[in-house]
Amino acid sequence: MAAKRQTAVVFGSNRIPFARQNGPYARASNQDMLTTALDGLLERTGIAGERLGEVAGGAVLKHSRDFNLTRESLLGTRISPDTPAYDVGQACGTGLETAILVANKIALGQIESGIACGVDTTSDAPIAVNEDLRAILLELNAARSNVDRLRTLARLRPGQLVPEIPRNAEPRTGLSMGEHTAIMAREWGITRLAQDELAAASHQHLGAAYDEGFEADLVSPYLGLERDQNLRPESTVEKLAKLKPVFGGEDGTMTAGNSTPLSDGAAAVLLGTEEWGERHGLTALARFVDAETAAVDYVGGREGLLMAPAYAVPRLLDRQGLKLQDFDLYEIHEAFAAQVLCTLAAWEDPVFCKERLGRDAPLGSIDRDKLNVRGGSLAAGHPFAATGGRIVGNLAKLLSERGGGRGLISICAAGGQGVVAILEK
Amino acid sequence: MSDTYSQLVNNPVGGFVAKNLGLPRPVELDRYEPGAPLIDGRVLVGAAPGGRCGEAVAAVLAEAGTPVDSRLDDGVREALGTASIDAGIWNDEAPGAQRWKALVFDATGIPSSARLRELWSFFHPAIRRLEPSGRLIVIGSPPGDCDDPAEATAQRALEGFVRSAGKEVRYGATAQLLQVAPGAEGRLGSSLRFFLSPRSAYVSGQVARIGAGRDVPAVDRDLPLHGKVALVTGASRGIGSAIANVLARDGAHVVGLDVPALADDLERVVEPIGGSAIVADITAADAPETICDALEREHGGVDIVVHNAGVTRDKTLAGMDAERWELVIAINLSAEERINAELLARDGLLREDGRIVCVSSMSGIAGNAGQTNYATSKAGVIGMVEAMAPALAARAATINAVAPGFIETQMTAAMPIGPREAGRRMNSLSQGGLPVDVAETIAWLAAPDSTGLNGNAIRVCGQSLIGA
Repeated sequence: MAAKRQTAVVFGSNRIPFARQNGPYARASNQDMLTTALDGLLERTGIAGERLGEVAGGAVLKHSRDFNLTRESLLGTRISPDTPAYDVGQACGTGLETAILVANKIALGQIESGIACGVDTTSDAPIAVNEDLRAILLELNAARSNVDRLRTLARLRPGQLVPEIPRNAEPRTGLSMGEHTAIMAREWGITRLAQDELAAASHQHLGAAYDEGFEADLVSPYLGLERDQNLRPESTVEKLAKLKPVFGGEDGTMTAGNSTPLSDGAAAVLLGTEEWGERHGLTALARFVDAETAAVDYVGGREGLLMAPAYAVPRLLDRQGLKLQDFDLYEIHEAFAAQVLCTLAAWEDPVFCKERLGRDAPLGSIDRDKLNVRGGSLAAGHPFAATGGRIVGNLAKLLSERGGGRGLISICAAGGQGVVAILEK
Repeated sequence: MSDTYSQLVNNPVGGFVAKNLGLPRPVELDRYEPGAPLIDGRVLVGAAPGGRCGEAVAAVLAEAGTPVDSRLDDGVREALGTASIDAGIWNDEAPGAQRWKALVFDATGIPSSARLRELWSFFHPAIRRLEPSGRLIVIGSPPGDCDDPAEATAQRALEGFVRSAGKEVRYGATAQLLQVAPGAEGRLGSSLRFFLSPRSAYVSGQVARIGAGRDVPAVDRDLPLHGKVALVTGASRGIGSAIANVLARDGAHVVGLDVPALADDLERVVEPIGGSAIVADITAADAPETICDALEREHGGVDIVVHNAGVTRDKTLAGMDAERWELVIAINLSAEERINAELLARDGLLREDGRIVCVSSMSGIAGNAGQTNYATSKAGVIGMVEAMAPALAARAATINAVAPGFIETQMTAAMPIGPREAGRRMNSLSQGGLPVDVAETIAWLAAPDSTGLNGNAIRVCGQSLIGA
């Protein structure tokens, strides 16, 4: 008998405050943070000991020992050890992608419940041995005689001791994500002022969210941190204007203030069918309606690295028969203020919409008062794989609070990718 | 004919001296090479709200494959998108290092003087970003076609803007106003292409009126005059020879004409370009008949007639004998009138989409001491063009004039150094033009798709300080 099609809903979420690189979480591993975030979610939703359909999770920067990071983390929590888990990786889209995977299995009737989660540390980053040294060590391991071993060891050189440290750069272009975004900002004529305005609004909104208690059932304190370390609620355009450009050269428009810092943190979201929720005394916050991913050819320079969401959203809208304006809330991941502004400009531009999207009319503009109303990554920070969980949890709560409505999530990712989704109440 | 001063200021030492003494620093102008792209660089386009010509501009740029930019909020992006131009974005508040080979602004939407600010908004942040041999082009409406006096006023005002901008742009850049009559937007192409391209190297500060015209078959951009027969008078030397060569390059069969004394020179011009020759004195009583007979007999008609033959017999009026007066008027004006009359009297000799282009002169517009005879004849040419335009339009043909300024020829090389250097430098490009610059302008007016241009007088003078 075919499984019954279900609707996946969000019941709740939990995250630890996000810390800046080498901050309070400098010694915390991915597994430590993810375990904490998951345990907090169990506590909030009261499902400790429960066997769930699955837990999907991931981290962008991962040690080789963490080949089964999500499952290993799960085993440290009070989730039933009978719950299967797997790791997912789609750069900064990882967190939202885990929610899509869990929601899709729920929708297909394969599982009734699941947790989507993500974690990242840029402090406790994996450092690998130099490629030359690695080759020698592998040969040494394969050697069958002592003579062979000695011969191999004789090839060791001091330079081979320099480790491989992960870089925040696109492997195929060698450019950092910030430099790529600086190219986009220049192509789209994004001003410093517009970026700083978006950044200031992000800090002010998130500051208000904490002050008004909005974050109380979304964030659990960890290692002495109660709020996101990067948050500057008193941030203003005037203060941000004083910062020097860090990407795009001397006359660049991107600063440390309108770009996300490297951060550490973890987030988790509980999804399930409404029926499963009722059995566990849980109320649905929002339905996980649909999702879309897109990728663009940024390598040849035909498109900006972080422009994929501009392609994913229209495809999702078309499938759902919606207009860009048919949303009450927009959660656009603020990897860089310029990324958000480029995306919005692209949707307003008749040329982009005709030439790149093949549409007769532009998607149009959005009501900026509905954008990232409780702050975004510029204020909270952006531990890569944890961002999706933060945004899904945040939007589900917002929709639940307003008693109905529709929200759009848009997240850009390395490799020219974009992951977007729709939530409804 | 060599312009020693230009060579001097284009070497490092001379350039340094000229710069510090505030002397004119002419640059070598870009000139057309067959097979080259329409324009060698990016084009920034914009439109005042309500403009009519965005689609026509986009069509030209799309066909040429020219990289285009515009402001994100500019309404012209609709037209660019429709024309499948993947146009870049430029924001003057985040300008970067962007440079353009051309700035094109559709000002047809400007309805009143208050909205002339649109001109400022578009050009003010961009004008310094124009590359050498750049192009500044404003598209407007003919004031006479505006019903509302406020609109007519604003549209007339564009002329002052363009003429001043032409004097401000540097390094060989030019500025023009193209006045497109309502409904004639589809005729903009040939003129926009000409003024964007290096073909218009020495034309600046000009106003071209583009009217209704008629539909013509698609034109081969590399050979726009393919299949056309073009009569060029005075073809044996100087500007005439350049005209013959450019028309032939553009695909025309050239019939060169000159007096018997220059028959050998004429043969040397037409032979390499596969043209034919008519040896005749155009002032002879039977010349119109002889010429038209030859055209009818040898070529079955003619598509393009370029009245280029002309002479100077300079003297101040007080010292001028009647012979000098008569000769100049007879060759430069009366002969053209008589040939035109015979041409039009013969049914079908000037074929459909026929083009008459007359060579006038800057003297005919501005006047010149010692040239009462010459200036009279050349002003008369402009009068003839204007007067005959309706009759030509009725025959699906056009008549226009070009008015050369200081063109480097044997004639100007023979001038005394004082007047010669003054002539060369006293224009926006600080140099003399070349015969090919006149020829290119004639080829543009002679092209089949220049159907909207009728009764125009276009100066090829580098925007000379002398004259309008």
